[in-house]
Amino acid sequence: MSVETTTDLVTLTIDGVQVSVPKGTLIIRAAERIGVAIPRFCDHPLLDPQGACRQCMVEIPDAGNGRGFPKPQASCTVEVAQGMKVNTQLSSAVAEKAQRGILELLLINHPLDCPICDKGGECPLQNQAMSTGRGESRYEGVKRTFPKPVAISAQILLDRERCVLCARCTRFSEQISGDPFIALVERGALQQVGFYEDHPYDSYFSGNVTQICPVGALTSAAYRFQARPFDLVSTTTACEHCASGCELRTDHRHYQVKRRLAGNAPEVNEEWNCDKGRFGFRYSRGDDRVTTPLVRRGDLLEPASWHEAIDAAVTGLKAAGSSVGVLTGGRLTLETAYAYSRFARAVLGTNHIDFRSRPHSAEEADFLAASVAGKPLDPSVTYEAIERARQVLLVSFEPEDESPIVFLRLRKAVRKRKLQVATLAPFLSRGSGKLGARLVPTLPGHEVQVLDDLVSADGGFTVDADTLILVGERAAGSQGCLTAVTKLAAATGAKFAWVPRRAGDVGAVDAGCLPNLLPGGRPVSDAAARVDVASAWGVDHLPAEPGLDGDAILDAAASGTLQALVVAGVELGDLRDPRGARSALESASFVVSLEQRVSDVTARADVVLPVALLEEQAGTFLNWEHRPRPVGLVNRQNKAPMTDIRVLAALADAMGTDLGFRTPTQAMVSFTELGAWDGSPVALPGVAASHDAPKPGGPFTLATWRVLLDDARGLDNEPDLARTAPVAVIKVSPATAAALGVGDGAMVAVSGPAGSIERPLAVVDGMLDNVVWVPGNSGAKVQEALGALAGDQVSLDVRNGGVA
Amino acid sequence: MTDLLTPVLSANWADERSWKLTNYERRGGYSALRTALSMTPTEVMTTVKDSNLRGRGGAGFPTGMKWSFVPQDNPNPKYLVVNGDESEPGTCKDMPLMLASPHTLVEGVIISSYAINAHHAFIYIRGEVLHVIRRVQQAVREAYSAGYIGTNILGTGYDLEVIVHAGAGAYICGEETALLDSLEGRRGQPRLRPPFPAVAGLYASPTVINNVESIASVPSIIANGKEWFSSMGTEKSKGFTLYSLSGHVARPGQFEAPMGITMRQLLELSGGIREGHQLKFFTPGGSSTPILTPDHLDVPLDYEGMAGAGTMLGTKALQCFDETTSVVRTTLRWVEFYKHESCGKCTPCREGNWWLVQLLSKLEAGKGEEGDIEKLLDLCDNIGGKSFCALADGAVACVTSAVKHFRSEFEQGYHTPAWELFPYSRSALFTSETAGAHA
Amino acid sequence: MSGHEFQSHFEHSGGVDMSDTSTLISDTTFDELRQLAARYPQPRSALLPMLHLVQSVDGRVSPAGIQACADVLGITTAQVSGVATFYTMYKRRPAGRHHVGVCTTALCAVMGGDILMDRVEQRLGIHENETTADGLISLERLECNAACDFAPVMMVNWEFMDNMTPEKADDLIDKLLADDEVQSTRGARITSWREAERVLAGFPDGRADEGPSAGDASLLGLRIANEQGWKAPAKPAPAAGEGEAK
Repeated sequence: MSVETTTDLVTLTIDGVQVSVPKGTLIIRAAERIGVAIPRFCDHPLLDPQGACRQCMVEIPDAGNGRGFPKPQASCTVEVAQGMKVNTQLSSAVAEKAQRGILELLLINHPLDCPICDKGGECPLQNQAMSTGRGESRYEGVKRTFPKPVAISAQILLDRERCVLCARCTRFSEQISGDPFIALVERGALQQVGFYEDHPYDSYFSGNVTQICPVGALTSAAYRFQARPFDLVSTTTACEHCASGCELRTDHRHYQVKRRLAGNAPEVNEEWNCDKGRFGFRYSRGDDRVTTPLVRRGDLLEPASWHEAIDAAVTGLKAAGSSVGVLTGGRLTLETAYAYSRFARAVLGTNHIDFRSRPHSAEEADFLAASVAGKPLDPSVTYEAIERARQVLLVSFEPEDESPIVFLRLRKAVRKRKLQVATLAPFLSRGSGKLGARLVPTLPGHEVQVLDDLVSADGGFTVDADTLILVGERAAGSQGCLTAVTKLAAATGAKFAWVPRRAGDVGAVDAGCLPNLLPGGRPVSDAAARVDVASAWGVDHLPAEPGLDGDAILDAAASGTLQALVVAGVELGDLRDPRGARSALESASFVVSLEQRVSDVTARADVVLPVALLEEQAGTFLNWEHRPRPVGLVNRQNKAPMTDIRVLAALADAMGTDLGFRTPTQAMVSFTELGAWDGSPVALPGVAASHDAPKPGGPFTLATWRVLLDDARGLDNEPDLARTAPVAVIKVSPATAAALGVGDGAMVAVSGPAGSIERPLAVVDGMLDNVVWVPGNSGAKVQEALGALAGDQVSLDVRNGGVA
Repeated sequence: MTDLLTPVLSANWADERSWKLTNYERRGGYSALRTALSMTPTEVMTTVKDSNLRGRGGAGFPTGMKWSFVPQDNPNPKYLVVNGDESEPGTCKDMPLMLASPHTLVEGVIISSYAINAHHAFIYIRGEVLHVIRRVQQAVREAYSAGYIGTNILGTGYDLEVIVHAGAGAYICGEETALLDSLEGRRGQPRLRPPFPAVAGLYASPTVINNVESIASVPSIIANGKEWFSSMGTEKSKGFTLYSLSGHVARPGQFEAPMGITMRQLLELSGGIREGHQLKFFTPGGSSTPILTPDHLDVPLDYEGMAGAGTMLGTKALQCFDETTSVVRTTLRWVEFYKHESCGKCTPCREGNWWLVQLLSKLEAGKGEEGDIEKLLDLCDNIGGKSFCALADGAVACVTSAVKHFRSEFEQGYHTPAWELFPYSRSALFTSETAGAHA
Repeated sequence: MSGHEFQSHFEHSGGVDMSDTSTLISDTTFDELRQLAARYPQPRSALLPMLHLVQSVDGRVSPAGIQACADVLGITTAQVSGVATFYTMYKRRPAGRHHVGVCTTALCAVMGGDILMDRVEQRLGIHENETTADGLISLERLECNAACDFAPVMMVNWEFMDNMTPEKADDLIDKLLADDEVQSTRGARITSWREAERVLAGFPDGRADEGPSAGDASLLGLRIANEQGWKAPAKPAPAAGEGEAK
């Protein structure tokens, strides 16, 4: 992170030591610079100062103007001043007594819960009591008691007796995530954190409050009574759930992950993460883990030895020759994606590879080749750039649902730097509302026309050189949209960034898991690029023809044009046409699946090769910024299966070609040596908006995206979290609802060629008329259940006479 | 030499329907407004500043100086907020003022708003005084009808909206930043300073917050001049003010006098302590000001005199207690008040008052033990000066001053209940027995 | 002997009573809530008056009232609840037709407030913070109500009942129970707690002109001054050349 160098410095003396800090620094933070830890509970560097706990009192004999404060001051609320003198507990008897006095007062009503408290062992209050508390209490009164714990949501539990009223949680919910569903309630000695019984604290970010709570007042259902902090082994790693790239601290015991905390990565997630990342780590705990290789014998997949399985796979792949398609999904690290990319090209001899396990287009592949692949971390499109931007335009992107840490950084910029956000969407989502975003009403599929209008100053939102455009992966579903974004940026000088949903996607682009791209952003079509890679890999040549994309691979497998498929990390339900994909796999001659858990793919595979979980391997994700996010090896249990890379290497060996590496580290060395493409740049896509009449299907245009907490398989086996997910509803405008003759809560059904989804209706003010929104995967996968995608025409009707 | 009593604010309180606009105008009401509007805002501000009027809400900060802190180049609107949250135990001057002569306040509001270029003013009155609120609401309506409030006031082009706002029961809202949060529809908890309200107050805009009596004093200053005002009072405490005598005096009530009158003089006016009894202790300005004893009868009741006696003038709420009164009991009841009214934001106030009440209850019940007074004082030391706002300082002040003057009574709490030492019925104006007989 | 029982366990706290969801809030109420919100430069400033209005309609801060305020102001119910539970005038359970308060802060307590409190409790057969079974009277211990020169003080529906004695308290309670007219010593004829709450919300009831201008204690200094001929100095004569301001 670049540090501002133009800041005015202020010099003050703390405990006799001179220190210079930027103007505006709080004393408590200045003291940290010289290694003086002033005890604190309410202070948190990412929250507005509160000054409530009073634990951080210091003496200020000189405020910098020659006069001192007559009383000790809370160092978390006083800014430094030139020439100020501060005496902390280390050099002032007054400060020391003030702090002891406050600690005693914090403890008089604190329950003797430490032996059974989840926080015990890592509790700031406990630590402070042990280091500077009285050995024996002189409090003779009665302690305040409340019923406990109170579930303020299905996941978060509140113990009011333990609470020190620091207001970190309420400040977090209001200032950081914008979900003030918890608030301080009551008054005086009865003051407590509260929620409104009819409205639980269902926030995508609720888990953070358990982490910043300086006592054991807020704990999670998931971690309750699970472990002692001193028995846990911590690993720094990266989150696999989206492309935000959060650093995590993953704690495990007895080879089982017990919890995940937000890591401290100021340049990325600061000290926060979302609940999906925090709590979504039990997906492998069900009985669906693939533990041994499986080989199809007749209709049955039967356990097999690794030798048998590798032999079977190699036999099938050899028979197919280069007529193989490789489909990879979003769970892959950069190293793993690179291994698949190399396996496809150097071992199988094909460019038929695509990581996009979702609706995609050729325009998108060109866009990724031209604007995403092989790009280094660009300071103009980073989290910090978001924070400093004057304007941000969101295109086909709902940050709170699709990249929650991007959302938090946007919100921080909105709150602290008056960032203006505009969003192209059919309605203002709750997340966009919390950004104070301006809605540019956009019918799904009509993004191009809207984008074209944003170039001219019409008194509305005008894209200019100080604008950052964040475009989501859903843009691929709107013909011409990605072209329009690049053109808009070129015309205005605006910067743009592509923010996919999945953690592995940017790495997959860079690794060349695309039919038109080799690693490092090298175009397949460029002979020099092919020579480059071939020589690095020690192979004679690489296939010159661009490959088929994901949809085409499946079509070709179905028609028999392709002889075999290698599939890894793909959920068929996520694809454009899940039914088609399923039947493609069924009719494909030969399918090899490398997978962690049983899936639609493994069920249809001829050979299933179990692979390691993310927690069982090291590696790297590239987040949306192209920032490497190191994945740490958390679980070293020796019964873990091999990594994808190790399995691919074994397959390559058996096929008589060396993959070139067997470990993620070696893969990274190979990838890094290759470097990024420095040949002629790839042309930007030039696809115009579709002027075809929409496919008939109904009078309403379908809008949809996946909300953060839904039926994602990565959230399996975490029921408490699932209960905090937003209730699945169908959203329409007031006029559309009126035309249907129903209101909020009425049961309605949206229908497409494949079927219907029934949900209660939610009427959304300001929404475009004749658009119907349904969550992508909450109870039903939209493309599967409806057979329709965003922008398609669907019908909408009332069910059960509208009774929910 | 000015007279012993100088009714200005209270001069019309005995008038027939004194709260009505016409009756107020008959006495010259709203002529000060005309005068003020013929001056520039800066001239009005300077007049008030030069009069040396100091805030009558307790802290005594110079009113005109407070106004001058408003940054007039700040593009945000400026606001005037009147603090009518009178809740400090013993304090009972603003309520009769607003009840009897709400227009004095309203006229002051308009003039003061004009001086600071505010176009919106709020009169925040504690909610528990229905009739006071009715009278002020009506006065504001009358003033709107008469063209004293609204757009183009008296043809001068000056616009002002005035909103009467009822609180909902919270002593802490008398603290000016808590009042602002309350007025913004939040929990009335004090805010961090800086920024000070003059710079970022209501809606983060420049805001002046003044006590009812301070604002009500403005029209007379404008009408009669700064010299007139500062001809009354003592060297550094100028003008007249309302002294409120309550408790065991023969005749409790309001006395409007120049600053610096003594307790002895006030007691003489009120007929002394009730028949057959003697003064034991009194508060000079509400329960948050350290108590005084008969030794202090001749100390001038002004800012400097009280500071010299180790206490504060506060709200000039002189609560008098005679020799029948248990100091321990009285102190406990005050601390119970602070415990009840603590907003809960900061640790020392929230937890400290919780503990103090229990410790004092023990002493009241005669169940104290050796060392309790030292513990009490140490606890007070750990609370006082450590809290977010001054509420806890007030709580501690009444305890420490009580121990200072009456330590032996607290020591008696180690063995004898206060109600045995000072049978409570003797302090009451009636007994439960007589009442029981009646029933 | 201390008036306050020291309470340390709080079984029910943290919010309004969600077990009773009844409400009388109507479209008219919503109109009035919006009207209140529109009076202020920023709508949220109206929250305290709005909660007073909710009480005037529902006799308490009802769950429906919390929701209504949240809806009108666009804030969360938790935020409204935080405010509603902070201020003592907001009631979680239905208040009686009349709200009777007895001041027992130090000075009133010492002068007889404690005796009055016991007296009223006995008379009504309820304790503080309770309502009589017939719903007529709620009783509350008050903190200082800014009428110390009239101690000991009681309040009925936030109207002053000054210089109380046990006899006067008995008489007051009897009249309230009998629905007889009661005149505040420094206020209007007693209406009901709900009607009072409506005035506090900012909807006047036309009773401002009832009652005296001031109580005797308020006028004591003025009367003495008048008897003695004491008064504030006259306005100084204008200096030469300085005209009278118009």
